Amino acid sequence: MTPLFDGLAAFCRGRDSRQFSIEEATRDYLSRIEREDPELGAFLSTNSNAVNRARQLDNRMARNPAPSPFYGYPVAIKDNLHVAGLPTTCASRMLANFRPLENATVVERLLQSGAIVLGKTNMDEFAMGSSTENSAMGVTRNPWDLRRVPGGSSGGSAVAVAADLAPMALGSDTGGSIRQPAAFCGVLGLKPTYGRISRYGLVAFSSSLDQIGPFARRAEDALQMMLLLSGPDGRDMTVASRDPAEMERDFRADVRGKVIGLPEEFFGDGLDPDVRASLDRAREVLSGEGAVFRPIRLPSAQYGINVYYLIATSEAASNLSRYDGVRYGYRSLKSKNIRDMYTHTRQEGFGPEVKRRILLGTFALSAGYQDQYYRKAQQVQSLIREEFDRAFHEVDMIFAPTTPTPPFLFGEKVSDPLAMYLSDIYTISANLAGLPALSAPSWPTPSGLPVGVQLIGPAWSEGRLLRSAAILEEAVGIRRPSVGTTRGGEAA
Amino acid sequence: MSTDFEMVVGLEVHSQLLTRTKLFCRCENRFGALPNTLVCPVCLGHPGVLPVLNREAVRLGIRLGLALGCTVHAHSVFDRKHYFYPDLPKGYQISQYTHPLLTGGVLTVRSGEGLREIRLHRIHMEEDAGKNLHAGIRDASHVDLNRAGVPLLEIVSEPDIRTPEEAVDYLKKLRQILRAVGVSDGNMEEGSFRCDANISLRPNGTSAFGTKVEIKNMNSFRFVQKALVYEYERQASLLQRGERVVSETRLFDSSTGKTSTMRSKEEALDYRYFPEPDLPPLVIDSRWVQEERDRLPELPQERVRKLSEEMGIREPDAEVLLLEEDFFRYFEEARQELSALARAGSWPEAQGTSRLVSFLLSEVLREWNRKGVPVLSGELRPGEIAYLVAQVVEERLSLNQAKEVYALCVEELRSPKTVIREKNLSQESGEEKLGEWIGEVLAENPAEVQSYREGKDRVFGFLVGQVMKKSAGKAHPQKANRLLKDALGR
Repeated sequence: MTPLFDGLAAFCRGRDSRQFSIEEATRDYLSRIEREDPELGAFLSTNSNAVNRARQLDNRMARNPAPSPFYGYPVAIKDNLHVAGLPTTCASRMLANFRPLENATVVERLLQSGAIVLGKTNMDEFAMGSSTENSAMGVTRNPWDLRRVPGGSSGGSAVAVAADLAPMALGSDTGGSIRQPAAFCGVLGLKPTYGRISRYGLVAFSSSLDQIGPFARRAEDALQMMLLLSGPDGRDMTVASRDPAEMERDFRADVRGKVIGLPEEFFGDGLDPDVRASLDRAREVLSGEGAVFRPIRLPSAQYGINVYYLIATSEAASNLSRYDGVRYGYRSLKSKNIRDMYTHTRQEGFGPEVKRRILLGTFALSAGYQDQYYRKAQQVQSLIREEFDRAFHEVDMIFAPTTPTPPFLFGEKVSDPLAMYLSDIYTISANLAGLPALSAPSWPTPSGLPVGVQLIGPAWSEGRLLRSAAILEEAVGIRRPSVGTTRGGEAA
Repeated sequence: MSTDFEMVVGLEVHSQLLTRTKLFCRCENRFGALPNTLVCPVCLGHPGVLPVLNREAVRLGIRLGLALGCTVHAHSVFDRKHYFYPDLPKGYQISQYTHPLLTGGVLTVRSGEGLREIRLHRIHMEEDAGKNLHAGIRDASHVDLNRAGVPLLEIVSEPDIRTPEEAVDYLKKLRQILRAVGVSDGNMEEGSFRCDANISLRPNGTSAFGTKVEIKNMNSFRFVQKALVYEYERQASLLQRGERVVSETRLFDSSTGKTSTMRSKEEALDYRYFPEPDLPPLVIDSRWVQEERDRLPELPQERVRKLSEEMGIREPDAEVLLLEEDFFRYFEEARQELSALARAGSWPEAQGTSRLVSFLLSEVLREWNRKGVPVLSGELRPGEIAYLVAQVVEERLSLNQAKEVYALCVEELRSPKTVIREKNLSQESGEEKLGEWIGEVLAENPAEVQSYREGKDRVFGFLVGQVMKKSAGKAHPQKANRLLKDALGR
């Protein structure tokens, strides 16, 4: 059964022409969640107040026209973003019962414009992982093949949009946590330029790399969401005062004559042949529209994983220090003294991957090792940035795979952390360089698994990237998995 | 104190800033509120919160830097300093490590009769921690986070201090400047001005530094003095026995006056400093610095110089008068009253000022140190001190009588006029009356008169005492002295 509307523009038309009420649209999604989600596991909590709010919005619209495209629009929110009234668990035992006092800035802006939060979505614990298998709250399945992972860490948000449990969702991306699950689930996912969107109310994993971004089916919708969420809020000093309207201008500009770089390093031996073949088709589409492809070199990008797992873990170890059982969250009752309380609380509250990263990050920053690890990683990070800077003197954007392979099976990599880390090999460098990057659906593999094209642009070029995504969207078409009827494969 | 070794001391002062709100959130910065009533998700370290830097705190930092002659860096960086403690909500303190706001600068302190310049190493901004409360709670500790996130400046001196007295004067002068530029109230009891000391010893005449020990928990100037003296003796006796000083952190115990090991170097914490990713580097416009420079008030050193030049007050005395603004205001009011009395009595104003200064620096200061502000604000008004000092200048009272009156006034909360009247205090300087008393004393003590005339000078003091006694303390001492000498004919 298809949803009441397909895309934000269709939603606005249906809403404004009274084809459906906001309450009907909300109930439609809530019933989809109720029907499909037991199998998919995208949501950790749903908003029991959603229908009430929808009714209030309907009533207000009886007197005044809808003030914003998002008025009455349902969205799903990753469970590391605060929505007052709902828990923020980060899929961790540590925060299983934590309820935030305030909305995240992005949530506040959505609510101010009239959007309706459907619920909170599953993720790898504290956003650490690439398959959502690290959630302490349960499994999330890929709607294209229930035996396969949805990717991560924003697996729940990607599945919610892919399976039509929400028309759009928010995720966070530290090393690929929006783009990789978007690629695995066949939807559009955008990681904005670092400093584009306020992180206030996003539970920090790695503060210098984290960015919040949208999951959508359509590039146009992602653009609208970006226009709403971007810009300073006075609560995050790392947000740049950059006019969001430039994204709209760039989005309207043609791709003809744009130069697109193909980094050799991203098309090496590790790339799955089916993914490669799909990307070749996508390239032809953009060439057909007048874009010019040119090979480029990003030699330091191969060190991205190494650099990432030093910088991100160092910051994570620091950011996760606050979970000590003193003020909120989980507290072990086994303890006799304060030291015991810290030890047991953190031993019992955190899962194995989180502990692994805290250990790694603590080590990387400790006295005597800082120069060797953290500082060295920062130096290489600067090299990666400089290489991208140089590349963007020659090209307008970079075209690459989002992931080396299509979605993998449950259990395939979870016992081998290094293999798991490598699934982010193509996404990590955009975070390290603070650049905007998106994953747009390409043609599926012969067995019907989704493939993502990654586009990376210079800082503040989200509009330009979304234009190319829109071109691919038109060529590839909007595809939907047949959830709940078959075990994978495309709907007839 | 042993004299074989030279004391080498550097001080680290934490001063809270007089901002309306905390350093990284908009919670009120105020002492004495009910526990955990001045808190928000940011200073409680909730998940997902971010710091927003308080510009007023930066402004105060710039002002202090200018007052102390520091370099104000156009570019400084906040870092995270990590350790686990229940009063530290985030598990790290936001501080500045490799690139502080201010470096360099000097503070001039009094060293004996001379002055010495103590160089400053650096001053950086950071946030305060909360407080753990243990007292009166069985089997539990409570945490008050009202103080968490209060802005601090940490002021680190070079190891230029050589005596406990210099250390105390350094702290007093620093506090005076903090107050003068409106950075801090410098209140030690409320913890808004806190001090740690690094101390090492080296043989006299050598220049290499010895092993240093850090002392914490000295929450008054007197305790700083005591702790340094104790630590000097402790380290000196170790060195004299040929033993080694261990690098460690020691706590001062004010009840015993001793220091004891808190943690050794091996147990030293690894703070894992790294740049705070949630705050961009702090960039300060040179115009802002100039604006603050233009708005700086007259600094204490300049005021001391002026006071000394304009009123002929010795510089060390002027420094003490200016050390506390309340005390100086008290002096100023008394001086104005006194100058009116000088005009009325046609005596030189300078004579009164000098009498007033010495009276304030001895009697009033002693009483103030003992009892605090009430002495200045109520027990004896500036006009009453002026009256008392005028009595001495006009030779109606001896200095000793004036001191006695002051003590009674403070103790019994009465005015000098009443005390003088009731005790029937006055000074006799009339030669006729003095001569009468002297005549009687000489007649009553022939043996002593005889031995004085034979050359026993010591007896003179006894005879003066007899005259004072006969006058019931009213005889003008200097005049009685002169007249007695004349009468004895030597």
